Parts: sequence; C-alpha cells; structure tokens
Amino acid sequence: MRTLTHKGVRIDDTFAEAFGMRATAVVITADSARWARQAAVTMTGFATSVIGCGAEAGIDRELTARETPDGRPGMRVLLFSTSTGELQKQLAARVGQCVLTSPGSACYAGLDGEETLRLGNALRYFGDGWQISKRFGGKHYWRIPVMDGEFVCEAATGLTKQAVGGGNLLIMGRTAASTLAAAEAAMKAIDKVPDAIAPFPGGIVRSGSKVGSKYKGVMASTNDAYAPTLRGAVTTALDADVGSVLEIVIDGLTADTVANAMRAGIAAIVKLGPKRGALRIGAGNYGGKLGPHHFHLKDLL
Amino acid sequence: MTLVLTLRKRPEQRLDLSPLVPHLLAGKSAASINSIELQTTKVRVTVGDAFRLRMGDAGRIRIEGACERLDGVGAGMSRGAITVAGDVGIQAGRLMTGGRLIIGGDTGHWAASGMKGGEIEIKGSAGDRLGGPIAGEIAGMRGGLVIVRGDAGARAGDKMRRGTILIEGSASDYAGSRMIAGTLIVRRKAGALPGYLMKRGTIIVGEGCTAFSPTFVDCGMHALLAMRLMAGFLKPYSPRTAALLQRPLRRYAGDMAVLGKGELFTGNPD
Repeated sequence: MRTLTHKGVRIDDTFAEAFGMRATAVVITADSARWARQAAVTMTGFATSVIGCGAEAGIDRELTARETPDGRPGMRVLLFSTSTGELQKQLAARVGQCVLTSPGSACYAGLDGEETLRLGNALRYFGDGWQISKRFGGKHYWRIPVMDGEFVCEAATGLTKQAVGGGNLLIMGRTAASTLAAAEAAMKAIDKVPDAIAPFPGGIVRSGSKVGSKYKGVMASTNDAYAPTLRGAVTTALDADVGSVLEIVIDGLTADTVANAMRAGIAAIVKLGPKRGALRIGAGNYGGKLGPHHFHLKDLL
Repeated sequence: MTLVLTLRKRPEQRLDLSPLVPHLLAGKSAASINSIELQTTKVRVTVGDAFRLRMGDAGRIRIEGACERLDGVGAGMSRGAITVAGDVGIQAGRLMTGGRLIIGGDTGHWAASGMKGGEIEIKGSAGDRLGGPIAGEIAGMRGGLVIVRGDAGARAGDKMRRGTILIEGSASDYAGSRMIAGTLIVRRKAGALPGYLMKRGTIIVGEGCTAFSPTFVDCGMHALLAMRLMAGFLKPYSPRTAALLQRPLRRYAGDMAVLGKGELFTGNPD
C-alpha cells in the first residue's frame, strides 16, 4: 500500500468504507446537567455495534438550558440502526428503560424529519390510562404520571434515511500508551463535530474485527492483520515499529458529518505528532464492494 | 395593502359577515365584493350597502367602526388576517381553521365556537360559551388558540376537545363545563363550579372560584414540567399568564361525577 507522510505521521492511501443507516435523535433534559447526562449515558450504553446491540448510539452534545424545550440542561442523543423497524424498537426500548426511569427526566424530539418514529406515542401506555395528551405550539406531548411527578415526552421524533455508519480511523502507534493518547486526542476533536457520534467506549474500539471466523456461526472475529502480537504469524498490515492499534468508528446523520468527524480526528492525531501519539493512520474497508460511501484519507487531510 | 371595510352606520338588522374572509374574497373585484349579501332577514343588504370598501390584499382585512350587530366575523376563516376595530356579535371566528383574527372590542356569545385552528385575540371581553358548540354539535373547540384580554361569560370552553383558551381576566360560571380535552386558562377568578362535568382536559384558574364542585379531589401542590412548557408557549402572548404557570399550583382531579380524568389547577391561596 502506498503511504504518504503528513508532518511525520504516515497516512495510508486507503479509504473507510461506510454504509447507509437509519438514524434519529432525541433531546433528554433533567433538573441538572448531571442527571441529563446520566439518562443519556444509560440510554446509549450497550449500543456500540448494530451487530450485537441492535443500535449504535452516543451523545452528540450537551445542551444548555437555553437550547432545550423546557429550559433545563439537556443532552442530544443520536441513535442509529440498520432498518426503520429496528430503530423504532431500539428507541422505544431505550427511552422506556433508561430515560423514563431516570429521576426528573423529560424527552423531546431531537431531529426534524418528514418521517417520524414513535416516541411518547409508544411509551404513553405506561400511564395505564392516566397518561395525558397535550398539544400546543405545533407540538404534541404525552404526560405520564410517575413516582417523582410526571414524565413529559414528545409524541414523535424525526427519522432520517440519509445517515451513514461505519466511518473509521485505524490509529497505529509505537506503544499502547502513545496510541491511546492519539486516539483520545482524535476523540476530543470528533466530540466537537455536530451530528456525529463514535459509539464505542469513549469513542474508541480496541477489538477491530474482520468478517467471518474459523468457527461456525461466528460472524466476526479478531482483525488478525492488525493484531500486533500476531505480526509474525499471519499476513500482517502492520509495520515493524507499530506495537498497538486502536480504531474509532463514526456514525453521522449525513455522509458529510462523517467526513467532518474523520477530518477532525486526523487533524488532531497529526497535530499530536508521531513522538507523543500515532505513527500511522489507516482505515478499514471491505475492498469497496459492500458500502456505497468511501472516505479516502488523502481527501481528508 | 390591507383591504378595509368601514361600517357606514349601525345596521338595521344583524348582519352575517362570514362571507368576508380572506379565502372567499381572494381574487374578487371591488364590484363583486360590494355585491356580496350579508342580510339575516328578508331585507337584502350587501357589503356595499353596509360598508365603505377600500380595496387591497384580501389576505389582510380590516373592519372599522364595527358594532355588536356584526355576526360571524372571521367564521370559517382558513388563512390570512382579519383585524376588527370595535365590538362584534355572535359566533366570531366560528369553525375557523387557520389565520389570525383580532377583535379590538368585545364579542358576543359563541366566539371561537367549534374552532379548529388558527388564533383569535379578543382585546375586550367574550360572551357566553366561548369556543363552545352550538345546539346539536357534539364538541366545541377542536384546536387553535384563543386569547381573551378581558373577561369571559358563562361556560367558556364548553365541550372543548383540543386547543388552548387563555382568559386574562375572569370567567363566569361553569368555565370548562363538559370539557372533553384541551386547555383552558383563567388568569384571575372563575365563577361557580369550574370544570362542571369535565371528562378530560386541563383548567387553570389563577385566583380560585366562587364555588368549587365537591366532585373534584385534591391531588396536592405540584410544579409540573408540562406547565413550564405551556408557559414557554404562552409567554409571547401573555407574560403574566406564563408567570402564573411557572409557580406551583394545586391540582384537583375531576369531575368525578363523570370520567374524572380532567384536572383543575388553582393558584395557591396561602
């Protein structure tokens, strides 16, 4: 593979291959930013990969009291899945189990869309007949009596079919510590990009996978080409100086937001430099045959 | 430019102004507008007979020198704006679906009757059965926003099903009677038995009422988020009402004589 060097960091001449997804967003508010974050973190827990979790989700950004419908601190959460049906199921389950249950929470639409997903419309039955519908100012809310008062939930939220999942960066460094430092710097930058999330823990995944396995029924297995301990044993993608690899996977509401997030991540890694951070940046793809969105690293410098 | 209709003199008979709404006047010439009939008796009265017409954009209509003999002002209106200087008669804004109707003075009975959408602002006071159904109708107001700067007569919000009524002054007896759903806010006092036989819906009475129905049950003091959202919606229309909604209110559930899923909030008398 041809490589170009940018301020001492080697950039692979390759591309991240991404797929179309369905996505939605909700705004969660609470009496304090702490409890809004708690509800959002709980709702986006176990949402790293659609393969095992049904959805990929993350906090897009923190909202100030001025930016939320009820004038309280809030969080905007993005939720991605492969089909509208699965997304609806995940949205109702996650808001129902993690936001409805959180003290003082309320949940509102976080995305405008011609098509909508049921939010309060799916959760209102928890009210067991005591739920109250309120329409005003062009909005429709459900008020559901709960033990600390009422859970207010907007009836529906928007759905987008333009979302893109699977943008990624492979960050390769000399040691685990320097590679993590580079990945953290990249995540700090990616967190600031609107309409995009990185669903893995803290945005970072250390167990990148390849499709298939030697074992029957296992859909994905370790990405041996990027596993540094197997460098001599398998056909490796790693150079002799690379001792650790981390990946950042990015989902965005549009292809542009994924590109913006990848661009911000690369810039942060390059800025940190090869001494303190990563030696090389790559990206994962399946040869370009599976996903319609190709994000070439050289275009994102 | 606004289309202006100036009343020549107090009419001999009640007039039905429901044909004078933006969507019905759109594209009409001055002559054809002047020939529209408004009478409610055998004696024919046209727009030209009753009003001096200054042509303009039919989307914005102003009625000047109005009096309480003008019925059905803005009735059935679907878009645009009608502004009235003076009082109007019964059924102003009845069955309105959109647009904005501003009445400078008082309205007669059944203002906003069966309204479905849009906004009505009554700068004076409203008569009885604001938003209510006329005889034979199952439900009253079904959507939209009504703001009364003065007081309202008896049975404001009668059989209301959806939408918001905000009365900045006081309401007479049976405010929100037989409400099916929706929101009725009386910023000051209500007369006897607000929420009489209401099934669902929300009534907020800022300063209490003269007689309270025993079929409402106390649910305690609450500062509800839904009220805060409602306050945010109403603040541009009535900052003082928004302030009322931000305070903790006492919630009563009722009317237990019927379904009992309605709620009546009152400001704390303590």
